[in-house]
Amino acid sequence: MTVAIDRPSRVQVENGSSSPNGSGRYAIEAEKMHVYYGEFCAVRDVDMKVPTNKITAIIGPSGCGKSTVLRCFNRMNDLISSARIEGVVLFQGQNIYDEDVDPVEVRRRIGMVFQKPNPFPKTIYENVAWGTRINGFRGDMDEMVERALRSAALWEEVKDKLQQNALGLSGGQQQRLCIARAIAVEPEIILMDEPASALDPIATLRIEDLMKEISEKYTIIVVTHNMQQAARISDYTAFFSVDDRRTGNLIEFDDTEKIFTNPSQKRTEDYITGRFG
Amino acid sequence: MGQLLRTSFARELETLQTDTLMLGSMVIQALKESVEALRQRDMETAKRLIKEDDVINKKRFEIEADCLRLIATQQPMAGDLRLIAAVLEISTELERIGDYAKGIGRIILLIGPEALIKPLVDIPRMCDIATNMLQQALDAFLNQDVEAARRIPLQDDEVDGLYNQVHRDLIAMILEDTSLIDRCNYLLWAAHNLERAADRVTNICERIIFTVTGEFIEFDMN
Repeated sequence: MTVAIDRPSRVQVENGSSSPNGSGRYAIEAEKMHVYYGEFCAVRDVDMKVPTNKITAIIGPSGCGKSTVLRCFNRMNDLISSARIEGVVLFQGQNIYDEDVDPVEVRRRIGMVFQKPNPFPKTIYENVAWGTRINGFRGDMDEMVERALRSAALWEEVKDKLQQNALGLSGGQQQRLCIARAIAVEPEIILMDEPASALDPIATLRIEDLMKEISEKYTIIVVTHNMQQAARISDYTAFFSVDDRRTGNLIEFDDTEKIFTNPSQKRTEDYITGRFG
Repeated sequence: MGQLLRTSFARELETLQTDTLMLGSMVIQALKESVEALRQRDMETAKRLIKEDDVINKKRFEIEADCLRLIATQQPMAGDLRLIAAVLEISTELERIGDYAKGIGRIILLIGPEALIKPLVDIPRMCDIATNMLQQALDAFLNQDVEAARRIPLQDDEVDGLYNQVHRDLIAMILEDTSLIDRCNYLLWAAHNLERAADRVTNICERIIFTVTGEFIEFDMN
């Protein structure tokens, strides 16, 4: 299959020190990132290097800016008129907030899956095909749709009803369809904002398994208020907290194993042991 | 439905089992070598065994760290939780059996190259039975075989019988000639280590039964 989009080759990013165990390559690097909604500083001074082809979880209490940070990674906050970002977010060595960067292209290469499954009110097939079609895809569409649905562990369940409306699927299936839709345009990073919080436990585990599987090909950054889920699925965990002025800040970012067995910061320990929310 | 979930966690549990079996194999090897080195008064092997106990200890710590990581990150329940709890116990028992091999290595250095006070007959036999029991226990752990885990501890009686025999023989020698106290004592320690090794295999069997049934039992071989 060929994609009719020019794609710059990957930029090898230098090994850095402010990241968990320095994996050598980073999908996203936030440097001194501050986020404001009008005058209010929602998140301050985030330095975070997200390793490539791993799952990084962002956890923290309500209002700590988890989703805000996630949305900064593909310029989703641009859609909020009062939102303003300071600092740098590097994607393959380039600041995605540079003036000459097209936010639509950023969002194609850094896809997003939301809390509530949001398939288009169209057929299952069209949900997957749509993104690539508007990107000018001229390959074998049937093959592409099948591949994306297989990658999202949904093919076996829907292969006989591709022309049915996607809204007829269960919540878990709809969410996997949204993941298939995100995968279809071949992003490098998939951002997930509470992707399983609207699903039942079995559908949740299925999404988690799927995330593990696709992380071999994609970098996944997932926001979750479910600490146990972060522990189960992620390779790295970033813990955000909120200060007296309700501004979120990154407290600790490390291997998930380290965060959940022996965190460096007392605030992290207090949070994961349930002594502070 | 019917699809397997949490496959990566399942793989991690398999790895935990494999690592436990590997630790068991290391311990069996060490125990066998220690008794052979005792028979030969092989000082070099004795020194090596003492040194290599660190490798066994390190492996045990790795397994313990993996167990804690899985408990902390995977929220194991029911059989998965019992397996991890059992592995924590079993790896400790194995590490202690490794210590007995190291202990025999130290006894060899104390005895030195001189001839033993009596030919080694019962002590190698104890080693054979104990290591055989351990191998059977590892197989039972791998196969989650409760029936085998119930049978294996019965062999401990034979080890205890041999230990009592060695004990009686050596005490009789001491009573005849008190200048032999030290040399008799060294062999008694070695025999005691093997007797304890078999006891620990019994503990491992108790943990295998717990893994499968959730039942806490204690074998009382007396």
